[in-house]
Amino acid sequence: MTNDINELKRIASQVRRDIVRMVHGCQSGHPGGSLGCTDYLVALYFSVMKHNPDFSMDGKGEDLFFLSNGHISPVFYSVLSHSGYFDKSELKTFRKLDSRLQGHPTTHEGLPGIRIASGSLGQGLSVAIGAALAKKLNGDDRIVYTLHGDGELQEGQIWEAAMFAPHNKVDNLIAAVDVNGQQIDGSTNQVLSLGNLHAKWEAFGWDVLESKGNDMEALLTTLAEAKQRTGKGKPVVILLHTEMGYGVDFMMGSHKWHGVAPNDAQLEQALAQLEETLGDY
Amino acid sequence: MKKYTYTDKKDTRSGFGAGLLEAGKRNDQVVALCADLIGSLKMQDFINAFPERFFQTGIAEANMMGMAAGLTIGGKIPFTGTFANFSTGRVYDQIRQSIAYSDKNVKICASHAGLTLGEDGATHQILEDIGLMKMLPGMTVINPCDYNQTKAATIAIAEYHGPVYLRFGRPVMPIFTDADQKFEIGKAWMVNEGTDVSIFATGHLVWEAIKAGEILADEGINAEIVNIHTIKPLDNEAVLASVAKTGCVVTAEEHNRLGGLGDSVAQLLATNVPAPQEYVAVNDSFGESGTPEQLMAKYGLDAAHIVSAAKRAIERKKTLYKEAFV
Repeated sequence: MTNDINELKRIASQVRRDIVRMVHGCQSGHPGGSLGCTDYLVALYFSVMKHNPDFSMDGKGEDLFFLSNGHISPVFYSVLSHSGYFDKSELKTFRKLDSRLQGHPTTHEGLPGIRIASGSLGQGLSVAIGAALAKKLNGDDRIVYTLHGDGELQEGQIWEAAMFAPHNKVDNLIAAVDVNGQQIDGSTNQVLSLGNLHAKWEAFGWDVLESKGNDMEALLTTLAEAKQRTGKGKPVVILLHTEMGYGVDFMMGSHKWHGVAPNDAQLEQALAQLEETLGDY
Repeated sequence: MKKYTYTDKKDTRSGFGAGLLEAGKRNDQVVALCADLIGSLKMQDFINAFPERFFQTGIAEANMMGMAAGLTIGGKIPFTGTFANFSTGRVYDQIRQSIAYSDKNVKICASHAGLTLGEDGATHQILEDIGLMKMLPGMTVINPCDYNQTKAATIAIAEYHGPVYLRFGRPVMPIFTDADQKFEIGKAWMVNEGTDVSIFATGHLVWEAIKAGEILADEGINAEIVNIHTIKPLDNEAVLASVAKTGCVVTAEEHNRLGGLGDSVAQLLATNVPAPQEYVAVNDSFGESGTPEQLMAKYGLDAAHIVSAAKRAIERKKTLYKEAFV
């Protein structure tokens, strides 16, 4: 665990290289959102959360993380492997037959670090609330974290859960929304406008924070603030303003890289860029 | 033939309420969730005893299923409660991904299953739930027959690790099983031994099968009646042993004839010992408003229909054997 910004950035670059390699390796998967959320997951797993790679499903005494938008599994798998949950060599099996690294995360194959299947969108916030309530019943004062895509907020279950948590003072919960403004069919504004997300979450009774999602220093500051706001009767949500495809120029800012794998030349280009970025640190 | 009598009638959902309270007393990891139907699910006694272990989710069944899955991650044993329609079809994807595929120890407890919800009509009835739930890998499906058995089943599933669908009903039914019975998941209960036809019944239809057995006995037909309270896993051994004796089958259930107990039995027989089978079930239709008794009669789910089905099955057996030996 570290607060060293350069070290966290170095890890983030490694994770980004894993992402493009994994998606290229099976010619399938979702690189755009994975690259955009890399900094957040690296911040959580390498600086913020107390967690144990000697994995136990109940996570007693640990902070828990639930990935609700399961299609960005490459970033989750890479971060888990770098954290020591399983060997990095297993990343090569992503989305291939007999792999524990299924296209979307699952507990079914027993991959350490995964506590719920996700992929069908909208379910993770409810699961996280349940886990947070269990922690309260167990007298366990650790925090439950989630990540959601902004397009995912179009699912109604999210708002069922959003209504429940403040009403029941689930204040050991920090949700985050990846606000990149893109979904598979286009921008969120084109497909189905999300409106004023800050006002919406606030109206539901949440304590709302906003952060740059691809700025490690800003993320650590926001997460520290979010942790301080737990235990005060309200759940906390962070609106992370990220860029889809962040770190790979030709993927940045376009919904076209939501679910497309790079070809050989594009992989080479992406890796060269990420190596170069790494060199800056 | 053993005679079954009763002195009291109660709804199976009250058996669930009593069982939930008992399960809560036995294990402090048991928690309960309800989507604005506390009275219908008879959960109030549990709430009075363990208020901190109860979660009112409001009319938000998808969130309830997800929260139940999450609670298991902290070692809890959640029992969700709402009508069978909203416990299954409405939240099928949530159950599939967050509970069954994720192998979470959630007990999905569903009241007002089948037709006998009555006057509320088809929007609140469900005749497809057994099929929906039994199709999910790893899901156990239980449909007990009376108050006592529902109570025993509720206590038993708290002690079993894995996702369970527990189905019960609204109307008051005769209590004819023992109060201190042992409920064994996956183990069929022999109600009455016989030699002429096997009647495999589940849920409310078990009592109708008993009545049918008495009518058949008066006509000289010796029916074997088996209570299949656990539809998945099916007690293959018990079913095959019974059919080996009788050579023909009636299945009886308050469910669509497609995808329920009847199809489970048919599938087993087809791959082992094919035998003439008759279905007593709703013939692939939705229900409608009416009293439970009216609906059971109109949709062919009462003792009279079981008697007719048994006679048809026996007749087909005779024809089949005759043709086989020509």
